[in-house]
Amino acid sequence: MSVALQLGIIVGYLLLALVIGLVAYRLTDRTAEDFYLASRTVGTIVLLFTTFATLLSAFTFFAGPNVAYQQGPEWVLVMGLMDGIIFAILWYVIGYKQWLLGRKYGYVTLGEMLGERFGSRRLRGLVAGISLLWLFPYVMLQQVGAGTALQALTDGTVPYAVGAGLITAFMILYVVVAGFRGIAWTDTLQGAFMLVATWIALLWVLAAVGGPGAATAALEAEAAHHLALGSDFYTVQWMLSTAITIGFGVAMFPQVNQRFFAAGSKTVLKRSFALWPILCVLLFVPSFLLGAWARGLDVAIPAGENVLPVVLAEYTPVWFAALVIAGAMAAMMSSSDSMLLSGSSYFTRDLYRPYVDRDVSERREDLLARVGVVVFATAAFLGSLLQPATLFELGDAAFSGFAQLALPVLVALYWRKTTRTGITAGIVASQAFYLSALFTAVPGTYAGWSAGLVGMGLGLVVTVGVSVVTTPAADERRAIYFDGLGAD
Amino acid sequence: MARLALWGWIAVAIGLSALTIPWFLWGDGTVVAGVPLWLWWHVGWMGVASLVFWLFARHAWGLGIETGEDASGGDTSGGTSSSASADAGGERR
Repeated sequence: MSVALQLGIIVGYLLLALVIGLVAYRLTDRTAEDFYLASRTVGTIVLLFTTFATLLSAFTFFAGPNVAYQQGPEWVLVMGLMDGIIFAILWYVIGYKQWLLGRKYGYVTLGEMLGERFGSRRLRGLVAGISLLWLFPYVMLQQVGAGTALQALTDGTVPYAVGAGLITAFMILYVVVAGFRGIAWTDTLQGAFMLVATWIALLWVLAAVGGPGAATAALEAEAAHHLALGSDFYTVQWMLSTAITIGFGVAMFPQVNQRFFAAGSKTVLKRSFALWPILCVLLFVPSFLLGAWARGLDVAIPAGENVLPVVLAEYTPVWFAALVIAGAMAAMMSSSDSMLLSGSSYFTRDLYRPYVDRDVSERREDLLARVGVVVFATAAFLGSLLQPATLFELGDAAFSGFAQLALPVLVALYWRKTTRTGITAGIVASQAFYLSALFTAVPGTYAGWSAGLVGMGLGLVVTVGVSVVTTPAADERRAIYFDGLGAD
Repeated sequence: MARLALWGWIAVAIGLSALTIPWFLWGDGTVVAGVPLWLWWHVGWMGVASLVFWLFARHAWGLGIETGEDASGGDTSGGTSSSASADAGGERR
């Protein structure tokens, strides 16, 4: 019953998404800018929810509650700081400036924006290459997750490879047809749905166990130390390292960073900025409290299972649990399709166009972008079948990997004296350091602070230091980030 | 004046980030209405953050970023825009 229902709901959702995609397709101009950014026309609610759904989705519903279950509800604080505050501030500091520059000069990708300022095709390719290095395994992880979930859901009737393959095929179809506009619309639907569903789930469970007081008392009886702020797991260094690296990493993730270019107007950016912390706390509190409280409830969580589905299965009707699980799986896909689209744009605009064919027409670039999606998704699918250990490690570390880009980019955006050599050295040094910490004997923590955070500091110091001692190249356009920037 | 506004807002941003996690309640397990006190602080703080962001968007948006001549007119906060351009001037070479 529940399996058929869940599959039915998932298929129903996919069909609904496809219809939305087709509507979006009819509205689309056949240009790359429209395919990638909906021609920079996105409104407040859609921008807010598409960023929200892209950013949080799978992690919020599966991994996050698991952390809260095992280690306590402090996870709400870490996520609140990283996404609700740090990312919101970057939304202005990086996002608004990028949006102005994108509008003025037509940038679609981060690499393009940096490459033009520093007169460097190599820098442009470097930023795109590094981004794809982290993005590719992360997309692969989503496919692994979807394949595993479908297999578990159907008790093996849909084997892993078939599940992952079906999801990949659907995503390709959907992204190629719908483009950014369609993705943003389904994200909005999904984000709003999951927000409401999580609250209903929380109220349902609380009603069953006798309110928050009873739930907390049960948690106290089971694991009293979870209620006090901080623990051996939640140390000050760990909480800050995690919040800062992921917060900055998010802003450099291609699918999030590209959304900075997509806003329709300054007002859209302002409203989304002010609503962001509230939206984050509204989702994090119910989602992670459910995970934390589950620890005290009489629910046995089988090893390797996610907490939230088990709790829902125990306390809510089958159809409701199925709806939420299907929504969470769909959310996993919505992150992936945005990543596919952005990955393809980084590839076509920053690698193919500058290095292979400079004079590609608008129409042809649009076609190329869609081909890029197919290639990227298929390659990630093959990766998800072979599952090389290196790709797993890269995917798990993707946020910190992207965080290494953030400070050199910030310096370039706000300090005129940044030189091409400086920013290139800063990016290369911090990436090299962080990759060494992942794969070699270079330590992963420094007095409790993570290598990701230390690498960010290194990137900052190298970018500034090298810029001070080098002179700008003749073809750098030092003024374009500063002169005549404004919007009405 | 523009410098002051810029540094003031930077201080506000740092302050907002610094107290999102109530460090002063470290190790405290007081429960109020079924939820740890430190979580109530966090929820309230996020509300405060939204309010502060809204105030910033209304009165100081563009600070430290907008520099162009076209930034001064048209927007609700003309005063801030001009201060932003003055500020960027200070950073020029």
